[in-house]
Amino acid sequence: MANKGWDEFEIGAMLRSFDGKAADVIAETHQEDRNYSASNSFTASVADWRILKPVFNKDFCIDCQFCWVYCPDMSIISRDKKMVGVDMDHCKGCGICVEVCPTNPKSLLMFDEHVDEETEIAQWPAKDEEKK
Amino acid sequence: MAFDKMELRDVEVWDGNMAASQAMRQAQIDVVAAYPITPSTPVVENYAGFLANNYVEGEFVMVESEHAAMSGCIGAAAAGGRVATATSSQGFALMVETLYQASGMRLPIVLNVVNRALAAPLNVNGDHSDMYLGRDSGWIQFDAYCPQDVYDLNLIAFKVSEDHDVRLPAMVHQDGFMTSHTAQGVSTLDDDTAYGFVGEYKPMNDMLDFDHPVTHGVQTEEDWHFEHKARQHNDLMTKVFPKIQSAFDEFEKLTGRKYNMVESYDMDDADVAVVCMGTSVETAREVATEMRSKGVKAGVVGLRVVRPFPFMEVAEALKGAKAIAALDRSSPNGAPGMLFNELAGAMYNLETRPMISGYVYGLGGRDLTKVHLTDLYNELQANVDAGKILTPLQQFIGVRGPKLSFL
Repeated sequence: MANKGWDEFEIGAMLRSFDGKAADVIAETHQEDRNYSASNSFTASVADWRILKPVFNKDFCIDCQFCWVYCPDMSIISRDKKMVGVDMDHCKGCGICVEVCPTNPKSLLMFDEHVDEETEIAQWPAKDEEKK
Repeated sequence: MAFDKMELRDVEVWDGNMAASQAMRQAQIDVVAAYPITPSTPVVENYAGFLANNYVEGEFVMVESEHAAMSGCIGAAAAGGRVATATSSQGFALMVETLYQASGMRLPIVLNVVNRALAAPLNVNGDHSDMYLGRDSGWIQFDAYCPQDVYDLNLIAFKVSEDHDVRLPAMVHQDGFMTSHTAQGVSTLDDDTAYGFVGEYKPMNDMLDFDHPVTHGVQTEEDWHFEHKARQHNDLMTKVFPKIQSAFDEFEKLTGRKYNMVESYDMDDADVAVVCMGTSVETAREVATEMRSKGVKAGVVGLRVVRPFPFMEVAEALKGAKAIAALDRSSPNGAPGMLFNELAGAMYNLETRPMISGYVYGLGGRDLTKVHLTDLYNELQANVDAGKILTPLQQFIGVRGPKLSFL
C-alpha cells in the first residue's frame, strides 16, 4: 500500500473499509473474520497506546452487554449476546467498559498493563456494602 | 412530490445573481448550505425562493458562517448529492480552509463567487482579491464577464466538475455589483434542456452507499500526501482542459453560444494586447475597436478559465503581439501581479518574446474607464514603436496622488 504510485490511488484520499461488498459480511461474519481491506484500521494494532488494561472476570458478569454497547472501538468480544473477553489489539485502555459495568463487584476492572491477569482475578474485590 | 417547471421567456432580464440562481435551479441541486454576504446574497436568496415555491426539490441549510456553509456542502457532496452555494470576499476568505478539503476529497461542488475586495479597509465593491485568494486551492475557476456568462458557465461548471474523470469543485466568478447587480438580457434554456445538458447526477464513492463503506478525508502524512496532491495536480493540468473544451463544444451545439478557455478579440494581427478578466474584458474590447479605427493594431485577451491556467492557449493567443499589458485587479501586496507573473511564465520560452508590463487597476470598485484603456494602449504602442519597454514593470491605473510605479 505504502509503495503505490500517484496514479494507482483511487481519487479523493478515501479509504475502502472492505474488499467487496460490506452487506454480505457485516451481518453474518464475526468482526475478526470479515474481508477487511488493507487500509482498514482493523489491520492495525493500537495495543501500545494502553497504560491501563481492562481485566474481565466472568464470575460476576451478567451479560448485560453495556460494555459492548459503550466501547468506542468495538473491542468487547461478544458471542450470542454473551460477553467473552476483550480484543486486546484494538483496546486503547480508555476504561469506559469498567465505568458502565453495573455489577457489584464490577466484572471489569482496570489494572496496570504489566500485571498478570490470573493473579488479579484471584484477588478480585469483594462485594461492596450497599451505601445508605 | 414533484416540483413545478418554471416558464422562462427566451430572453429574461436578469442580473448576474439571478442568472446564477436560475442555473442552480435548473440543475436541480440537492443541497445548498449558505450564509449571506454582499454582493452574493441574492444568489442563494433567489434559490431559497425557488425552493419555497416548489420549483426545486432539495435542502436549504442555513448555517452560522461561510466556513460552516462550505463544510455543509462538503458533507452533502461526500454523501452523494449535487451541491452548490455562493460567497464573496470575507466570506470566501473564511471558506478557504474548507476549499482545500473539497478539492482534496475530489468532491464536485459549484461555488458562485461574486468578486469583491478584501478588507481592510472594509469595502463591499468589486475587485478580484477573492478570486486570487482561491487560485491555489485546487478548484476549477471560471470567469464570467456578464450575466449571460454567469448563467451559461454555471451549467457548464456542473457538467465539468461532476465528470467522474475530473471530480473537482468549480467556482464561477463574476464581478461584484458590475455583473451581480446589473440586469441585462439573458438568453435562457428551458428547464428540460438545461437539465438535460447538465445531466443526472451520478455519485461516486458516496458515503450513503452502505454496501461499500468508505472513509472520507483521511489522514495520510508523508506516506501518501504527496502522491494524492500529485494526482490532483495531474488531473487539473491534463484532464480538465479537454473536459472543459468538450463541454464548451456541446454547449455551443445546443445554444450557438461559443466559449473559449482564452477569449481572443482582434488578436490575429494585433501588435498591442490587453490581458484582463471580468467586466474589464468588455470595456477593453470596445476600446480596442476604437484604437483600430485610429490605426493601432489593438487586441484583447480575456481569461475564461483562471485555474487550471491555460498556459498553452494563452501563449498561442499572444504569440504574435509585440507589447502586452497584464491587468491585475487585486492588490499585489509585494509582487508583480498574478496575471503578470503567469503571462511571463507562459511566454518566457517563446521564440519571439513580447514585452509585458503589469498594471494594477480597479481596487475596491474603482472604475476602469475607456480613457484609462486608451492611454494604456498608447503606452503599449509607444513601446512597440521604440522597440523596447519605456514603461515601468508595474504601474497603477487611476490611483490618486503622485504617479505610482515600480521597477
